[in-house]
Amino acid sequence: MDRNPLAERIAACLGGGGKLLVTYFTAGHPDLETTVRVVEAAGEAGADCVEIGVPYSDPLADGPVIQAAATRALRGGFRVAWTWEIARRVVRSGVPLAVMTYVNPVLRYGPEAFCRDAAAAGVAGLLVPDLPPEEAGELGRLARRHGLALIPFVAPTSPDHRIRMAVEAGQGFVYCISVTGVTGARPEVSARARELVERVRRYTRLPVLVGFGISTPQQAGEVARFADGVIVGSSLVARVDAAASPEEAVRSVRELVAGLRQALPHPDDTFCRPGRGDTPPGAPTARAPR
Amino acid sequence: MAVYPWPDERGRFGEFGGRFVPETLMAALDGLEEAYREALADPGFGAELNQYLRTYVGRPTPLYAARRLSEHLGRGRVYLKREDLAHTGAHKINNALGQVLLAKRMGKRRIIAETGAGQHGVATAAAAALLGLDCHVYMGEEDMRRQELNVFRMRLLGAEVIPVRSGSRTLKDATNEAIRDWVTNVETTHYVIGSVVGPHPYPAMVRDFQAVIGREVREQILALEGRLPDYLVACVGGGSNAMGLFHPFYSDRVRMVGVEAAGEGIETGRHAASLTAGSRGVLHGSYSYLLQDEDGQVREAHSVSAGLDYPGVGPEHAFFKSTGRAEYVAVTDAEALRGFRLLSRLEGIIPALESAHAVAYLEKLAARLEPDDVVVVCLSGRGDKDVPMVLDRHGRKGGNGDGP
Repeated sequence: MDRNPLAERIAACLGGGGKLLVTYFTAGHPDLETTVRVVEAAGEAGADCVEIGVPYSDPLADGPVIQAAATRALRGGFRVAWTWEIARRVVRSGVPLAVMTYVNPVLRYGPEAFCRDAAAAGVAGLLVPDLPPEEAGELGRLARRHGLALIPFVAPTSPDHRIRMAVEAGQGFVYCISVTGVTGARPEVSARARELVERVRRYTRLPVLVGFGISTPQQAGEVARFADGVIVGSSLVARVDAAASPEEAVRSVRELVAGLRQALPHPDDTFCRPGRGDTPPGAPTARAPR
Repeated sequence: MAVYPWPDERGRFGEFGGRFVPETLMAALDGLEEAYREALADPGFGAELNQYLRTYVGRPTPLYAARRLSEHLGRGRVYLKREDLAHTGAHKINNALGQVLLAKRMGKRRIIAETGAGQHGVATAAAAALLGLDCHVYMGEEDMRRQELNVFRMRLLGAEVIPVRSGSRTLKDATNEAIRDWVTNVETTHYVIGSVVGPHPYPAMVRDFQAVIGREVREQILALEGRLPDYLVACVGGGSNAMGLFHPFYSDRVRMVGVEAAGEGIETGRHAASLTAGSRGVLHGSYSYLLQDEDGQVREAHSVSAGLDYPGVGPEHAFFKSTGRAEYVAVTDAEALRGFRLLSRLEGIIPALESAHAVAYLEKLAARLEPDDVVVVCLSGRGDKDVPMVLDRHGRKGGNGDGP
């Protein structure tokens, strides 16, 4: 996996004393074009990785915002193959991509074909929230063969032996679910997140990131004091959902991502400069694709 | 015959089953599996459950020789396993009571459940009231409309009924919402799944609690006929009454037929026949058969019966199908409604629309019966809850309820 763009970006960011910012968008929400534009905007505004979520009819780890986005995308005619088109188009902008999907669409597509097509589209990582390590053996092997990092999840309810099992099989980074619950903004960062991150560090040298319930720069900054980075999804998806036009979605996403970036140290201080959020779309980014 | 080895330590029945759920739930499933094993090994637990099954549920339920129905069919002797006479009106109480007792033993104070027709919700609400636990039932808005009487019963029993407005607003969506609640409140809450579906250990545990049906049938039919039955027939939505009837006969020379809901007809695509017309995949935590599109998006099921209106099926049924141990067929809404009226007229028993599917299949089965074949049908529930809906259907068609 030495040529994996996600692994390279992680190494460059953390190696330079930075913290990682991962953002999530639902593919095809509200349409394919807008997804391409908001993913690019997030990359330009300083996201180190963008997760592209495959809309699913029965997203049981997701709260109302991402459920509604998935429903909207599916009503708009979303097909799994759109994920590859979005990836092919945004990967040129240089931001590392991961695909987040529930397991059934992968099984239906065929795990081998799914990994092959993801890799061919330039995807670097894979997240499958309803595939615990006990069931992940085959997909893990296929992902590895195609150079994809299968990113492991741990939860506050995971006992130590489960954390060990998850991180031993996983690659890329460890996704710490900060709360018992589904995705969605919450008023405060769970006190359990810190305890979980500390437990995870005993078993792995992979970067440890925290997601679920983080929506504001202030929360991101708080989490970055003990974790290697944050994952922000629902609050970005809500902005895309509320936008009246693709331009407004891009502007709104750019503003929040820039704000989150400012709250997280980064070796490339372009992203930490105040006013970054006002840069027009398409402006050259200081960070070349690696 | 060797001891039945399924599920294995990974919760698999052959290739089916397993645990496909968010990590947050995995430790709870381990804990549940362990608590269930301990409870099974504790004679006190079994004695307490049996005491309630006898004095509260009214078990054993009768095995009734349906003479006029048998005469109508012209061949074979049909017996009805009268789960409709169990407390709360369906077989669902067998499992609900077992799981709520287990929850109490595990120190959980809060119970959640999903419900389709409302029978599992009512059974869980009753069991929670009996044992003094707090109960919340998720129910699709569409089902709340179809099964208004059961909504009222649940509320009378002290449960909170939470309307589910996502997706098709039926059982599938109610199950999603219950799982989301469980992910959030897993440390204080036990989720009482109502069928032989879900992640391991649910399919095995629900089967074991429902197997009382088949164990009683075995004793009863031996007493009545001096031999085992030739056929077992039961409706299959998730498949709990069918598995409860079938399982104790696994190693016997007894043919098993599961009857799915063909809705408006398999060819219309508007049905709930996951085994007959679905394909393999994961729904609600286990690998089995389901209704899905080319992209693996779960399709909406359609059935006149809310309890069968579910796009998945228990993994052990998928296993039985793949090994040929059981046969799965489907009957349409119209055929089920005919079965509903047939049993009412011939035996004075109004069956649940779910059970009416099993009854309806008898008219097809009759063609291949030998004159002396013994057939046991699981009458999984009573039909009072369905009367308004059947009336409404007749109203819309301008009929007066006459027939068949």
